[in-house]
Amino acid sequence: MNKKIYVDQESRIVNPIIFDQNLCTGCNRCVEACQVDLFIPNPERKKPPIVLYPTECWYCGCCVMECPKPNAIKLNPPLMNQIYWKRKSEHKY
Amino acid sequence: MEEKLVLRELEWAYPLRWDEIKEVSTDILILGGGIAGCWAAIAAARKGLKTTLVEKGATIRSGAGGSGCDHWESAATNPCSRVTPEELTMAMIKDHNGYNNGISHYIECREGYDRLLELEKMGGKIRDTGNEFVGAEFRDEKTQFLFSYDYENRFTLRVWGTTFKPALYKECKRLGVEIYDRVMATSLIMDVNKQPSKVLGATGVNGRTGRFFVFKSKATILCMARPTRIWLFSLGLPGISEFRPLQCMGDGHAMAWKAGVKFTMMEKSLRGQWSGDRSYPPYGTGNTHNTWYACSMVDADGKEIPWIDRDGNILKSVSQRYRPSPGQKFFLKGGGESEFPLYEYQGPDTLPVEKLLENGYKLPFYADLPSMPSHERNVIWNLMVAQEGKSRIPIFQRYEEAGFVPEKDLLQSYGKGWTSASFLPRERQLFGTPGGIINDWKLKTNLEGLYAAGDQLFASDCNGHAAATGYYAGRHAADYAIQTSQSILDNQQVEFERRRINSLTNKNEGLGWKEFNLAITRIMQNYCGEIKSRELLNIGLKLLENLETKEAPNLYARNPHELIRSLEVINILTNAKLIINSCLVRKASSKHLHFIRSDYPEMDPLEWHKFITVKLENNKVKVGKLPIDYYGSLKENYEIYNEEYTKKRIIS
Ligand SMILES: Cc1cc2nc3c(=O)[nH]c(=O)nc-3n(C[C@H](O)[C@H](O)[C@H](O)COP(=O)(O)OP(=O)(O)OC[C@H]3O[C@@H](n4cnc5c(N)ncnc54)[C@H](O)[C@@H]3O)c2cc1C
Ligand code: SF4
Ligand code: SF4
Repeated sequence: MNKKIYVDQESRIVNPIIFDQNLCTGCNRCVEACQVDLFIPNPERKKPPIVLYPTECWYCGCCVMECPKPNAIKLNPPLMNQIYWKRKSEHKY
Repeated sequence: MEEKLVLRELEWAYPLRWDEIKEVSTDILILGGGIAGCWAAIAAARKGLKTTLVEKGATIRSGAGGSGCDHWESAATNPCSRVTPEELTMAMIKDHNGYNNGISHYIECREGYDRLLELEKMGGKIRDTGNEFVGAEFRDEKTQFLFSYDYENRFTLRVWGTTFKPALYKECKRLGVEIYDRVMATSLIMDVNKQPSKVLGATGVNGRTGRFFVFKSKATILCMARPTRIWLFSLGLPGISEFRPLQCMGDGHAMAWKAGVKFTMMEKSLRGQWSGDRSYPPYGTGNTHNTWYACSMVDADGKEIPWIDRDGNILKSVSQRYRPSPGQKFFLKGGGESEFPLYEYQGPDTLPVEKLLENGYKLPFYADLPSMPSHERNVIWNLMVAQEGKSRIPIFQRYEEAGFVPEKDLLQSYGKGWTSASFLPRERQLFGTPGGIINDWKLKTNLEGLYAAGDQLFASDCNGHAAATGYYAGRHAADYAIQTSQSILDNQQVEFERRRINSLTNKNEGLGWKEFNLAITRIMQNYCGEIKSRELLNIGLKLLENLETKEAPNLYARNPHELIRSLEVINILTNAKLIINSCLVRKASSKHLHFIRSDYPEMDPLEWHKFITVKLENNKVKVGKLPIDYYGSLKENYEIYNEEYTKKRIIS
């Protein structure tokens, strides 16, 4: 029963995590910090992890908090969650 | 093109161990490595016992509190507090008309502050050591503590909670706790020949390798928080179906229920308050609650929204929002602690939204950080928003990167209070001190050798509560384990569980977990929504049972990760049944339980003012009752059961 299995990357309904290929060292600290376990390590060494189950993301940012390389990993909340704000000084009464 | 092909042939990243069984023998077994679980492990390990922690995610950041927390409630024994643990616990009990956990909240009030001091020693930040807020009226200059809510009575602290979980994880490791991350506990192993039956350990499965685990223990502590995804599920964005992390969905309730653990208040559910795909990120919109208490708000024309005290008097200064009303000793949070705050403990709040609209205030409203005094603005944005759960990266960091300037910008509000969405009455959640496991003064369940802590207890909430009850349960479970020996496990139970788990992967096609979860939530919305009746509940129960017997056997998982998700939805179904069964046996409506029975419309008749308990015995639901004050005198009982701890505290 312990035969090889293959996986598909879940279709990209959302894109919660964006890696910078040039900054990420593939250390997998983010993989180990994610409680939902939605990543898998990249089969190629030193490459960014693979976001296998993007729709399971809780958007907590722990993967970003645990990453030792600034800007290697970015959290990208779903578009419908964009919040509006406005500059008070430009506010016309 | 090439990259796509490569992805399609992606091999599972971890070695597969479906056929392996790993046996682990321990003194104390802790299931769930969130706030409560880590503290339970620390207490047990300090007593010199072999301690094993089983966590489905990654202990370093797992649980509702893994990413952070900004306030530590009920620290009644901190040197600045002007309320006693007794006063504070009684206020919490009364504010919920008695439907609250007197024991666990008293433990929180007595010991929560001790845990905070220990967190500091482990590397957590709990004081304004950088002197950023010198001179602020919420700061105590001597201790450098920062307070929130009631600035006069000072029992809730503002804390740097993003530092807590990694510090706890490190301490567990330092103390030699054996941690099994990525292992989902799946069932409790029982000694059914004993009466009351005794818990001998648990089974588990690894979500990366599929390896099966058998844990043998002298005492076991349940720390797996509470059910979710019962009424709310998002097919597109399952990770934000609810307020809590995806995998924190109440496995612990399901396995405890099946083992015969006694529950109470599971009939209580609230209209939805937060779900990711329906509302905006918590703490990420303009509001006045929790993290954002007591932020100024303006309407669309820039007109300031009035704050009022409990008598409806308009408060003239920002400072007054943090003070009790004239003649009031102290208040619990803004507005109140419960959904129906008692006048005695009611805190300041803005005028209700309906009133504002009637009076000509125009939507949308905005949080007006720019107009707040600078210490208040900075403490909300730079401390609270930056340290709160799942807000440091998605809100604090991302908004600033996108150009948000707290000194200059007005942040829109999207709904009442902090909810930022309107839910239908049938879209419900277990929120605001919901039901759970009923406990005694040792935080023991009704089963021998089984304890519970944190949000798995009934009427629980908060980090301080989870920490205090976790440590307390760890201590008492350890005392029990010291005088117990390990028993021999019943292989039949273990084999049965193994076969149940294997059956999900031993096929080539079948039903996916998401469809199954969605089916449960539809049944619960239709038959266990806002207004309940015997007829509706019975149909709901029947439909859930059909789902269980006809469809659950078709669930199919292609890898260990999907196996975990599939086992979860089976547990969600069990929890849904537990809820319906609890609703069936309370034959009266109740305001504080948010419980409406159309066939028993009378609200809170006196004879029903008690805890109704349920447990499974020989596959039948056994109903019991407990007086609303079953825990007796708080202080006296606490001291009887905790003589050693009380003495030590006085000495140190
Ligand atoms: C966004 C957010 C912000 C919050 N902010 C605050 C705050 O500022 N102040 C405050 O006091 N409270 C706050 N809370 C509440 C607080 O975080 C919780 O009350 C507290 O974390 C409960 O602790 P717990 O240990 O009972 O549960 P959790 O911390 O949720 O831990 C439960 C653990 O059990 C694990 N688990 C579940 N099932 C299994 C299984 N089958 N096998 C093994 N492990 C399992 C989970 O992975 C998880 O790690 C917040 C909650 C959220 C969601
Ligand atoms: S994103 Fe950061 S933590 Fe993750 S693999 Fe790359 S460098 Fe390591
Ligand atoms: S944001 Fe949280 S849930 Fe999402 S990938 Fe990162 S750690 Fe995992």
